[in-house]
Amino acid sequence: MKTLKQISILLLCMALFLACKNKSEKTEEENTADIPVSREMKAELTSPPNVPRPVGRRKAKKLIVNMEILEKEGTMTDGTTYNYWTFGGSVPGSFIRTRVGDEVEFTLSNHQDNKLPHNIDLHAATGPGGGASSSFVAPGHQKTFSFKTLNPGLFVYHCATAPVGMHIANGMYGLILVEPVGGLPLVDKEYYLMQGDFYTAGENGAPGLQSFDMQKAINENADYVVFNGRVGSLTGDNAITANVGETVRLYVGNGGPNLVSSFHVIGEIFDKVRVEGGSLVNDNVQTTLVPSGGAAIVEFKVDVPGTFIIVDHSIFRAFNKGALGMLKVEGEENKTIYSGVVQEGVYNSVDDNVQKMPKADKNVKVASSNKSLAQKMESGKQIYTQTCVACHQAEGQGIPNAFPPLAKSDYLNANTKRAIEIVLKGKTGEITVNGKKYNGVMTRQTISNDEIADVLTYVYNSWGNNKTNVTKAQVAAAKSGH
Amino acid sequence: MVLIKGGTYTPLYGSDSLKVSVQDFKMDVYPVSNKLFLEFIKKKPKWKRSNIKKLFADKNYLINWKSDMELGDNQSINAPITNVSWFVAKDYCDYLGKRLPTIDEWEYVAMANEDLPDARQLKTYNEQILGWYEKPKTFNNDIGSTFKNYWDIYDMHGLVWEWSLDFNSVLISGESRKDVDDDSKLFCGSAAIGVTDLMNYAAFMRYALRGSLNAKYALKTLGFRCVKDLNQ
Repeated sequence: MKTLKQISILLLCMALFLACKNKSEKTEEENTADIPVSREMKAELTSPPNVPRPVGRRKAKKLIVNMEILEKEGTMTDGTTYNYWTFGGSVPGSFIRTRVGDEVEFTLSNHQDNKLPHNIDLHAATGPGGGASSSFVAPGHQKTFSFKTLNPGLFVYHCATAPVGMHIANGMYGLILVEPVGGLPLVDKEYYLMQGDFYTAGENGAPGLQSFDMQKAINENADYVVFNGRVGSLTGDNAITANVGETVRLYVGNGGPNLVSSFHVIGEIFDKVRVEGGSLVNDNVQTTLVPSGGAAIVEFKVDVPGTFIIVDHSIFRAFNKGALGMLKVEGEENKTIYSGVVQEGVYNSVDDNVQKMPKADKNVKVASSNKSLAQKMESGKQIYTQTCVACHQAEGQGIPNAFPPLAKSDYLNANTKRAIEIVLKGKTGEITVNGKKYNGVMTRQTISNDEIADVLTYVYNSWGNNKTNVTKAQVAAAKSGH
Repeated sequence: MVLIKGGTYTPLYGSDSLKVSVQDFKMDVYPVSNKLFLEFIKKKPKWKRSNIKKLFADKNYLINWKSDMELGDNQSINAPITNVSWFVAKDYCDYLGKRLPTIDEWEYVAMANEDLPDARQLKTYNEQILGWYEKPKTFNNDIGSTFKNYWDIYDMHGLVWEWSLDFNSVLISGESRKDVDDDSKLFCGSAAIGVTDLMNYAAFMRYALRGSLNAKYALKTLGFRCVKDLNQ
């Protein structure tokens, strides 16, 4: 009797277990197309670097998305503007957050002042063109279509109107997130950033309104590679922030049109990467590839305070074309994880270990000592372009927090002798320029005294500086001074 | 109006075997201005904003006018008329014994720059046009404010888009990358295999715009001008 009771209890348990198992399998295998929707909800849209609230445990809904297309002039970098074409007024376009099974009712409105027809291809939509053919809309009109989100993941959307490349190159892309049932695990901070390459008639840094250069785009020869549509969108006051101990999740997209991103955060290791925005999770990643027209979700816990630089690790893009952002982390230091400088001293090997810049290939005429100002300016500009522009930039504007400006520079204008010495011997350590601290290294420049005089004269007579005419004799004096 | 000497050319979507012939015709030197359109509407009150049937124009029809017969505060009397539907544009030309140009005719004249009847191979020509396509809000500039082309015609590029008689023959589905598979002669795909003038992005954009239109649409950036056959 006792045995029978035990057996029956055992059977009951097994039955319950099986039932549970069946049920859980059923949820996993459920065809997402069959997820029912209940009620309507207006989607919250955000401009970068912000993202809307997580979906959490909400049920699938009919999600109303209203997006407006605006063609408008915006800042590419200080002193340079560009005619952006945008979804929702920003580059990248507004972030759309949905969950699997949502029925998205999408209305695309093309502002009446716009010149061109546009449409939208959402990689999250299943159907011909991802919505492109249903959303093709003339200026001053709107189109509505709907789609059901079948696959969870982070997806790119973009304009697909001919010429497609040009519409994308002008900024028409953004991200749409489809969260799985129950939502992604909650984290402390979430941000939205998207890389894009831009092709302008003038070179990087050329001032004024720059138009799109089709030939450069075809040659994939980008003048700007940036996060969130412009240089400096995530640096200085625009930096994204977190506190020590928090977990940060970045929704990273790449609009292209051409270049693939080697996404990296200097001084952090990604604890988790949802590779290509899909379900595959990779752990402990240094640099993750974000394809053009693709995305990735990266997560990491910030353990120590400081500024973490976000880059495309195709590194010239970061320091010369703008693909540089910052994550500022505040909180208590943890010396076990990162000590900072513990000791410093002098090191002298037998070789001359001073860093030298390779001597630039010069066509510069070495002229007599009594050159006119105009001649010095001309020669100085050439030298500047070959030697200085990579760091100090074309208009002497420098790069915030990395390379100090030469334009209207109080540090420069205060002391000519010091400026000559820096070019001659290089400079290491903290300096303050126009109220901002810089702590970097400038290598010594192996150019002739004559060339130093010319290039400094050029710098002093450009960009609002004090018009000092630096002579070869001054350079020679500074050189022999030590 | 000025005389346009006809000829044969290969349009954007064509190949050598698909050349297009255009007969001699006359064309308006400028797009129709607000001023001329006001005069027309005085004579044809059925096209007043308050009278027009929904079938013939959408809600954007003359939307920025103060009233039926008054321009908006910021609109110049000599700027091109815009926010007009194809039906009204067509009737305007008919009323004057003219007609709207066909796409082939319009594109034929639009190939010209200041000096050449066909400047499409010139990099500068394409760049100039693209520059305009990117420049916002040119619709309120006066007619004649852009360049005079080879045919002595003004404002083909740089002011507003223009209606054509057969705008809806453009087979752009809206999914421009798919159109390469269509039977249509217009390959407007991103790869654009088969397009004769690969560099002519500007023309792509014109065709894309036409493809997005509906005859009752009234766009702020879309005006028109008329042409006339010679034997009339």
